[in-house]
Formats: sequence, C-alpha cells, structure tokens
Amino acid sequence: MRVTFTVNGRPTEADDVWEGESLLYVLRERVGLPGSKNACEQGECGSCTVYLDGAPVCACLVAAGQVQDRAVGTVEGLADGDTLDPVQQAFVDAGAVQCGFCTPGLLVQTHDLLNRAHHPSDAEIREALSGNLCRCTGYEKIMDAVRLAAARKADARGTAPAGSEG
Amino acid sequence: MAGPTTPRNLSAVSAPGRDGIGASPPRPDGILKVKGDFAYASDLWHEDMLWGTTLRSPHARARIRSVDVSAALALPGVYAVLTHEDIPGSKFYGLEIADQPVLAIDEVRFHGEPIAIVAADHPETARRAVARIVVDYDVSPAIGPVEALDPERYGHVHAPADYKAHASGNIVHSQHVHHGDGDSAEVRARADVIVRGEYEVGMQDQAFLGPESGLAVPAEDGGIDLYIATQWLHVDRQQMCPVLALPPEKVRLTLAGVGGAFGGREDISMQVHACLLAQYTGKPVKIVYNREESFFGHVHRHPATMVFEHGATRDGRLVFVRAEIVLDGGAYASSSPAVVGNAASLGIGPYVIPNASIDATAVYTNNPPCGAMRGFGAVQMCFGYESQMDRLAAELGMDPVKLRRLNAMEQGSVLPTGQVVDAPAPVAELLRRVEAMPLPAAAYRRTGDGVDLRELPGGVSNSTHGEGVVRGIGYGVGIKNVGFSEGFDDYSTARVRLEVINGAPVALVHTAMAEVGQGGVTVHAQIVRTELGVDLVTIAPADTRVGSAGSTSASRQTYMTGGAVKSAAEAVRGTVLARGRRRHGWTPDLVAGLRLVDGKVVDRADAVVADLVDLLGDEPVDETVEFRHRPTQAFDRLTGQGFGHVQYTFCAHRAVVDVDVELGLVKVVELAAAQDVGKAMNPLAVLGQIHGGSTQGLGLAVMEEIVVAEGRVRNPSFTDYLIPTILDTPPMPVDVLELADPHAPYGLRGAGEAPTLSATPAIVAAIRAATGLALNRVPVRPEHLTGI
Repeated sequence: MRVTFTVNGRPTEADDVWEGESLLYVLRERVGLPGSKNACEQGECGSCTVYLDGAPVCACLVAAGQVQDRAVGTVEGLADGDTLDPVQQAFVDAGAVQCGFCTPGLLVQTHDLLNRAHHPSDAEIREALSGNLCRCTGYEKIMDAVRLAAARKADARGTAPAGSEG
Repeated sequence: MAGPTTPRNLSAVSAPGRDGIGASPPRPDGILKVKGDFAYASDLWHEDMLWGTTLRSPHARARIRSVDVSAALALPGVYAVLTHEDIPGSKFYGLEIADQPVLAIDEVRFHGEPIAIVAADHPETARRAVARIVVDYDVSPAIGPVEALDPERYGHVHAPADYKAHASGNIVHSQHVHHGDGDSAEVRARADVIVRGEYEVGMQDQAFLGPESGLAVPAEDGGIDLYIATQWLHVDRQQMCPVLALPPEKVRLTLAGVGGAFGGREDISMQVHACLLAQYTGKPVKIVYNREESFFGHVHRHPATMVFEHGATRDGRLVFVRAEIVLDGGAYASSSPAVVGNAASLGIGPYVIPNASIDATAVYTNNPPCGAMRGFGAVQMCFGYESQMDRLAAELGMDPVKLRRLNAMEQGSVLPTGQVVDAPAPVAELLRRVEAMPLPAAAYRRTGDGVDLRELPGGVSNSTHGEGVVRGIGYGVGIKNVGFSEGFDDYSTARVRLEVINGAPVALVHTAMAEVGQGGVTVHAQIVRTELGVDLVTIAPADTRVGSAGSTSASRQTYMTGGAVKSAAEAVRGTVLARGRRRHGWTPDLVAGLRLVDGKVVDRADAVVADLVDLLGDEPVDETVEFRHRPTQAFDRLTGQGFGHVQYTFCAHRAVVDVDVELGLVKVVELAAAQDVGKAMNPLAVLGQIHGGSTQGLGLAVMEEIVVAEGRVRNPSFTDYLIPTILDTPPMPVDVLELADPHAPYGLRGAGEAPTLSATPAIVAAIRAATGLALNRVPVRPEHLTGI
C-alpha cells in the first residue's frame, strides 16, 4: 500500500508498504529517517518516541496505515538546521548522552514535557520520562539536562516579547 | 528528506573544544547523536540489501533428527537458507575455547541456540521463511547447575570426548586459592566467631538498548566488509576467519554505532551469520535482532551459588574465609574461565585476611551461555562477601562500617593470591567518605494530605501514604581488577598523525577501540591536545586497518587505548622535535625541555622556539604504537598464587531505602558512592560511569533476572525483564577520589565496573535493615519481603 503523511512538516509518500509494518519501520527503512530507534519494538523503552499530530507516541506501536494524512515529528525535526533545539543542546552539555540509543526518544519526550510545563519539578520530570529506558547514564545527567533546558528556555522567554509563551 | 544511512556515514568526526585531560569537553559524537544522525549498526542500509534472520531452538536440550528447509526456500523473496552443512570452514567459534557451533550440529544445548539462517528481501519474509523450517527434535531433560555436578547420573552437556579445556565431567574451569593456612582446624580454632551464609545471584542481562546488528557486504576480492556493533573488532575477526575460510586481510571490520555493550557484545552474535549469508548470496546482508532475539543472542551474567564462612576474633579482626562458588556457565564456555579466575582471586573482597580457602567452579549446563557482563565474576562475589560482613557485624554486635574499615586493605596489603597491592587502595577512606555524606530527608514521614505519592514505595499506585513504610540504610564496598589478567598479552594499538591542514596543525587519532558509549573518543582527543598542544583533533572510524585495541571491557580502555594514544602522541612529538633538532641545531638539553603548547614549540621558560606549522610544513608525522601494561602471571592451578591482575579499583556505596514491609515494595531513596579513579581524565564521563554502573547494581538488587525454568527462558522482553526506569533510580551523589596509580598512564584507574559491584549489597543491606530479613538472594522480590 501507499502511505501519505507529513514528516517534520514535509509531505512524504511511502510506497510498497506491507500492512504489518510499523510507523517506526517506515521511518527507518522507507523514508531515510533512522533517528527514531528500534530498541525493543514493543512499546516498553520509548526509544522510538515521535510526535503524531503533536502527541508523543511509540512509533513501533503505530501501524503504518494509521498515519495516513497525519503529521509525524521525529528527532530529526527538532533542530533548525545546525541550530540545536535547547533540549538537544542541554543533553550534549550536561553529559546526558553516552551510547545515545535512548537519546532520540528522550529528546522528543522532554521536548513535549517542556512545551507543557515550563518549570517542571524533579518528580514531574521523572514521571514524564518514566517510559524512556536508558541503560548507560543512571538518569542523573538526564535530570540535569532537562533542568538545564528548562532554565535556558525560561531565560529565552524572559527576553522575548510578552505573550510569546507557548 | 535525508538520504539513507550507508557505511559512508561511518566517517571521521572532529572533536570539539580546546580541553586537555582533566576537563570535560563535549563528546565528538554528541551532536550527531542528539540530531538522530549518528549511524548505529542497525541504521545501515545498502542498495540491493537482504535481511537475515535466525531459526533458534525452542528446547534447551534435544537431538536434532532432521531439518527440512525446502518450504522455506520455496517462499518467494527468500535467497538463502543455510544450516551447518553450508559452512565453508570451521563450524565452531569461541572467545577462549572454540566449543560453540556457528549453527547447531545434530543437537541443541540451550533454548535459543541458532539452527539455521535465512536471507530474504524483507525482514517479514525472512521471519516467515524461518517459521517454515521443519525441525524434528528428540527432547531430553535439561541439565542445570546442580545436575551438572553429577554427570554419572544426569549426563553430559557435551559428549565427554568433545570437552576441550577442563579436567572432567561438566566442569568448564575451576580455580582454588589457598592463602595462609586456609581454613584448617587450627585456623578455625583461632576464630572466636564463625558466620556461615549461602547466597544466590540470579542471571542478569546486559540489556544494552541497541540490539545486535550488522551489515555484511561481499567485496570484489572475494572477501567481506562487515560494519558491526561490537566490543572488540579484532577478536571478532579472529573467530570469523576460520569459519568463513578467509584470511584476515579479506575479513575487514569497521565499527558501526554501538548502542551500549556492558559485556554482552564481547562474544560474537550475528557477525558470522551475516557474513555466511553474504558470501552465499553475493549480496549485502543486514541482520538486526529484535529485543526477544537479543535476549537469546548474547551471553549473560553467570548465576552464582556461594557458600561463605567468615571467622573473626571477638574484637572484629578477620581470621579466615572459606568460600565455595559455583557459577552456571550455560551451554558453552564463552569467557567462563576468566570469570572463574576473577571470582576466585577477588572472592574475599577488599579486606586483609590472613587465611583463606576459595574454590570457584564454572559448569556447563543447558541454560543460556553466560560470559562477560560489567563486573565479570566480581559482582557475584561482592554480594556474597559483603552480606557476610554484615552478618559478622551483627554477630559481633559491631557497626558494619567499623568492621569493614577495621579489616580494609590498603597499599602494601597482600591479597590471597600472594600479590602485594602496590598502588593506593583507599578502602577505609572511601567508606569514611560515603558514610559522612548527608542523609536524605525522610519524605515518607509526611503522611496525610501533604504526601507526594511519587516519593513512596508503590508510587502513584497509591498503595501507601506512609503507613507500613520503614527506612533502612546499608553499605557495601568492592574490589575489581582492571585490564586483562592471568598472563594474557594485553595490548592496544594507536596511530596518531599530525599534519597541517588549512594552515593549522591537525591531529588524527586512529584506533580499533570500540566506542560503546563510554566516551573513549572524547578522552583520546583530550590526550592528544594535552600531548601535542593542538586544538583540532579528528577521530577516525575504528576498524581493522589498524592493530587491535583489545576489548572495551574490564574497565581497561582508558588505561590501554588511552595509554596507546598517549604513547603514539609522544612518538609524534619525538619525531617533530627530532626534525627541529636537524633543521635548527637544537641541543639535546634544549630538546629535553621542549613541549608543544598552543601550536608552538616552547622551552622550559615557556618561550616559543618554533611554530608547529613551520616544523611540520607539508610533511605529516604519522606514528603507530602498541602499548602494553606490565605483564601479569597465570594463577597457579593448585594454589591460586600469582601476580594475576595489573590494577585494582575500588568503590563504596551507601544505600537508603524505604520499604513498604506489608506489600514488599522497595523504593531506593538515595544511592551514594565514593570511588577512587586515580585521575579523572574527563570528570563528567567518570560520573556517567559511576551513575550508570550503580544503576545496573540497583537493577540486580531489586528487579533484574532472566528467569530460567528447566532451561527455558521465561521473560525475554522488556515487558518481563525489568531494568530500572528513571522512577526506580534515585539521586546518586558521588565523591570522586584521585589517588594516582604510579604504574598507569596519568595515574588513572579504570572506572567503569567497580560501581556495579557494591551498589547491590549496599541496597540489600538497607532492605535487611528495614525488614530484619536475611535476604540471601538477589534480585530481592516482593514475595521475599512478605513471605507469600
């Protein structure tokens, strides 16, 4: 079958899709976006987290046909060219990346959290990221990265015109 | 739209920043990783590529009467179905003993053993083809670790004539260590108190997130190029060549992005399978395991049963230790012999004990093969001996930290192997520091409306508002060796090239070190900046065009490949200065004081004597060096004596837990660590290792176990094999000591494994303190706490 959708704002067509394929497979193997990761392919690890119509989902649990005419956002869409999103930059700066396999999913999930909560408490951060497994870091530097990204975004808002808060 | 990720994406990366050793510059691969552009092995694509899949045994022990692949071959889209009969060369491989069939030959010895491999044009086609292969099994009862020790009654895992490295029966390897007067009657009589304990450690999985993956591409010269996630490129190749019947120069490996390892990639998994399919079909073949197959596709941490006796005087001085350890090696040897060596030689912990008798044995069973996992034999022992120290403290009515500090080893202490510890061993100091850290507040006491469920055992399942919750505190400390031991010729190779590019000096670092996430590539750039005084450093992809780096394991890579990079950079500097001596007539005395700083050659007074760009001109300097640590010795087989390990590393933990004693739910509130790292080459990366290792120790303490029943794995998924989430993982304050090891490059000490050891016993000790239960097995489950 053919699946037509948008990825990171761009119209996209995937051809010869077998009905059993997941959105994750289509992204990774058919449209050249392997940033979303295949760590468990059963919805337990969060490594494949993408936005589907603005809501974070596990791409491995979404059947390819379900994204027809819908909007998908992946880790590849977070940066603006060479300018990293504050969440991405904070993960690099805080030492939250080791092997990096969990990172794309954590970035999308954190991006969503900071869109909803500008000053999340530690408990809120842990709750929001509890569906994203990381095996390398013990999460301490991930906590630091989320706090850092939240602080930097708050600073940026402080200098932005009133009413620009999202 | 981005193009496909091909092997071309595995190109050199530049290392950002100006920082040398001791600083924490960003990772060279960090930007790629946060943009989703880093090319992991499972991301690779090749035109005309096929997908490989494996048929695995559903039985732990069975004869194979027949294998019929005709229905699989008949499926459209299938290009090859191979069994052991199609292997061109040797049919066996193995890290230490080549006893593991590449594909099963007439019998299977563990649940998940590969029997056949398929290449097809779509992964689903390959999976369906596998389902069409018909195997006729004659199933037998599985041999477990208890049965393995009685082969007369229960039989052999391998036909006795096939055993390749052991004395008798189902024994893979055993090691005795006899120290002082052992546990003789005289020695026992000297002890006022003797405590005995039996302990068990379940089978832990590395659970790296990036599944086993690789892309094998047949080359025009009849060879193979393999792009692979592994821990040791050269030892993979060493095992692959005989099977593929190819010489080493025709089997070329390049490291693709690795999503974690922790020991689980030390043995080969799909490497040979992908190459066999590529050889047979003449097409590129990619294999990517899913999570279930990953659980079957790599070795695990050895389950252990341990019996300890500790004898001490009334005032708390240890008199003797007797330890008997049986490790379940599973169906094939993997690295069991070296794990046994570690268990035996490190089996009494970081303590001075005048007499010891230790027996460690690994047995073949029909359970999944076990081998390397972070901590490598020392993890199991640490749970045993630290549980004993707590038991002894209770028996003596003594504070458990005081008892440990009283018996702590230090520089100059003699180990049971007779080896004198000739570098700092601040065991008592680490315990002192971790004990002195401030304790976390008792959040659970805020019962009533103000309580935050997320801070309580059970969390938002709302199982308590503080009632039935008891806090406990526990301690643990451990000892781990660094590097390869027992006389192994342990070396690493590094090539450093210094040249002028666009008017600036640029250094290239080329090694075969597997970057698995630890940050070795960051440290290599720091070392080169420190030694050569250049800002611009490029890291070449790791491959087999340069000599072996050894494995990214045994906490050894910063020491070994870091040492090799340092040596190669020193050789480059020597060549550069020799060039200056020839050109400018520098005196030997002047040259002896010269350093490379900020692109200049400077003398002892920091005066510039030459510009590096001028000295280099258009003639690059390119040096390759092999670095070795000082030699070790094999342990004597009968007494365990010998200078077996090159370096020791120590970490201490304090765990604070809240336990809902009615429901058996545990929340680890805080896990504090103190560790000596000799020299923190990259402090941020060191913290990452300590946090990550501690968390894997937490997992072993309270949740992680591959459940095996009669040889069958019951929980091969992240739904049923639980690893700590961010909610399970507490704040982890860390105190880092830097006491230089005079024998090591920069005085550094391998950091990756020690924190995995002591976290587990510290947490269990805290749960014991909260519950009063004995808890002789990890992981501790709710039913162990409630008695249901």
